[in-house]
Amino acid sequence: MREGFRQSMAWLHTWSGLLVCWVLMLVFAAGTASYFKEEITLWMTPELHAGASAPVSQQVALERAVAHLERNAAAAKRWFITLPTERSGAIRVGWVAQPKDGANGNARSRFKSEILDPATGQKQSAARQTRGGEFLYRLHFDLHYMPVVWARWIVSICALFMLVAIVSGIITHKRIFKDFFTFRPGKGQRSWLDAHNATAVLALPYHVMITYTGLVTLMFMIMPWGIQSAYKEQGESSFFAEVFPTGAGRNDKAGGPARLAPLGPIAQQAEAHWNGARLATIVVNDPGHENASVVITRQRTRTLSYLQPAMVFDGVTGAQSSIVGEGPSAVAVTRGALYGLHMAHFADAWLRALFFICGLSGCVMVASGALLWAVKTRQKQARALAQGAARSVGLRLVDALNIGVIAGLPIAFAAYFWANRLVPVDLPQRPQMEINCFFAAWAAAAVLAQLRPSMGMWRFQLSVGAAMLMGIPLLNGLTTHSHLGVTLFQGRGPWPVAGFDITVLLLGVALALVVRVLYRREKKQAKVPPAGKVAAARLTETA
Amino acid sequence: MKSTTQSGPTAYYRLAVLSRVVAAVAGGYALASLSTSLLAAWLPMARADAVMTATMLAFIVFTLVVIWVFAARDAWRAWGGLLLPLLVLAGLEWCRRSAS
Repeated sequence: MREGFRQSMAWLHTWSGLLVCWVLMLVFAAGTASYFKEEITLWMTPELHAGASAPVSQQVALERAVAHLERNAAAAKRWFITLPTERSGAIRVGWVAQPKDGANGNARSRFKSEILDPATGQKQSAARQTRGGEFLYRLHFDLHYMPVVWARWIVSICALFMLVAIVSGIITHKRIFKDFFTFRPGKGQRSWLDAHNATAVLALPYHVMITYTGLVTLMFMIMPWGIQSAYKEQGESSFFAEVFPTGAGRNDKAGGPARLAPLGPIAQQAEAHWNGARLATIVVNDPGHENASVVITRQRTRTLSYLQPAMVFDGVTGAQSSIVGEGPSAVAVTRGALYGLHMAHFADAWLRALFFICGLSGCVMVASGALLWAVKTRQKQARALAQGAARSVGLRLVDALNIGVIAGLPIAFAAYFWANRLVPVDLPQRPQMEINCFFAAWAAAAVLAQLRPSMGMWRFQLSVGAAMLMGIPLLNGLTTHSHLGVTLFQGRGPWPVAGFDITVLLLGVALALVVRVLYRREKKQAKVPPAGKVAAARLTETA
Repeated sequence: MKSTTQSGPTAYYRLAVLSRVVAAVAGGYALASLSTSLLAAWLPMARADAVMTATMLAFIVFTLVVIWVFAARDAWRAWGGLLLPLLVLAGLEWCRRSAS
């Protein structure tokens, strides 16, 4: 490349980063929000705020879930029951209806899912329909409006570029420790470099971890050749059956009708076996048939590894038939731990808050890197710009993409939350409408940025984002009874709702501060003597 | 060799960069795939464990290949250093397949 190892690594860092930074920004932002996806879902269903702080025992919750399923899904092939957790008080039940078009029918379209109120065992019909935090979680690796497999390949390729950018970035960095304590504000390019260094180095272990573990979560899709070579005769599915215990206890034949054993004692047996650990999910295969089986997995909290053992019971007699995945190999635990690190389900609220901050610093790292490219390139073109020439096509494109993504994404996120409160509750296809609002707002920001990628556009979009984010607690106060006045000042909770309001408020304030800095700088530039004014104004047009 | 002139990068330089990008992306994936396939078959541990270990190492192999391709002094060296291990691993993979 250029002369010298470090120079060529700097080149690699710049281009591998720039090429994918806008997708990475979306992945980082949505992934960061996903640390609190349960809490976001709770905020987005204000009808549940009143009941959110009154949990019932697992036993009661389970009995009610089974009663509901027997009433509504007696003929289903398989039941799924997700029990309440510390973070979410609701029970989720799901079932796969008997295939009409044979075993090869589309399983996804036959899957039904409902959220039950643990206090009554009834479907929470009062709660508004929303994808909640689940949309943001899916967005960060499934994107949207495209087949899931394409999206995962796109995100995986971006993650590979990110890994290359991180490693080459570290090599480039000669004074990694010193730069960590260096910040020189108000010095143009140097300040952006410092900001990029500080956010990148401060949370470097986190960035390496989250990028690599993200690849690990999708590794069998992008790199299936190990399975191909070692499981050539038996096929991929036997590998997955060996590694993932959740598919245990499945039978092709359902058998004749038979009464399902009561799940309460079975669950107690499982709890006792795991020394009182809480249970996560209960799968009932072929309920109401002779070959029924019950598969119970342990709740994941407090263990690093995502891999959890499952207990399999006979669904008619209630006797334990096997345990899968207990005493996994060191390698399986390693993979499970890497997977678990990415999901952070083991972390309590405070540790997740720390991860959230690291994720935000990742957003700032990506954003400042993208801005740094624009600032440097502008400097190279400074002489031509001073003579009144237009920016190069590449610089204009990067400027526009930077505005549309860095300033546009907060608008899109805020629009999603605004839509949650403002879209009529009884609208058909309501969840999709909220999601459309997210993308409509983002598209508007991105198109406007392409039309006029200027400093004014930066200020405009950042101001809109700041106002919309800061407006969310206000909007919540106007549309619900669980606003900050109740949740925080009267101390009545639910705390996740208060936390959400405070977080978006702080993010809005942060954006507003950025806007203030931009205004001040503009004012200062206006005082510069006229000769240098044109050049200076052009220099900082999007700096 | 001069990489840039007054009017920007030379055509030769651009071509060399393009060839390295191809080497890094295609070569990186090919080498990572071959190493995964061979390690999954030959690592001395339980079969499922070997598969997982090999697959987790694949991304490190890919990253190292990309670093190598762009760190090499010129594009010829980059390709040479890539093709050599690629040929060796491809040969081993061919042996493995014909043996099984």
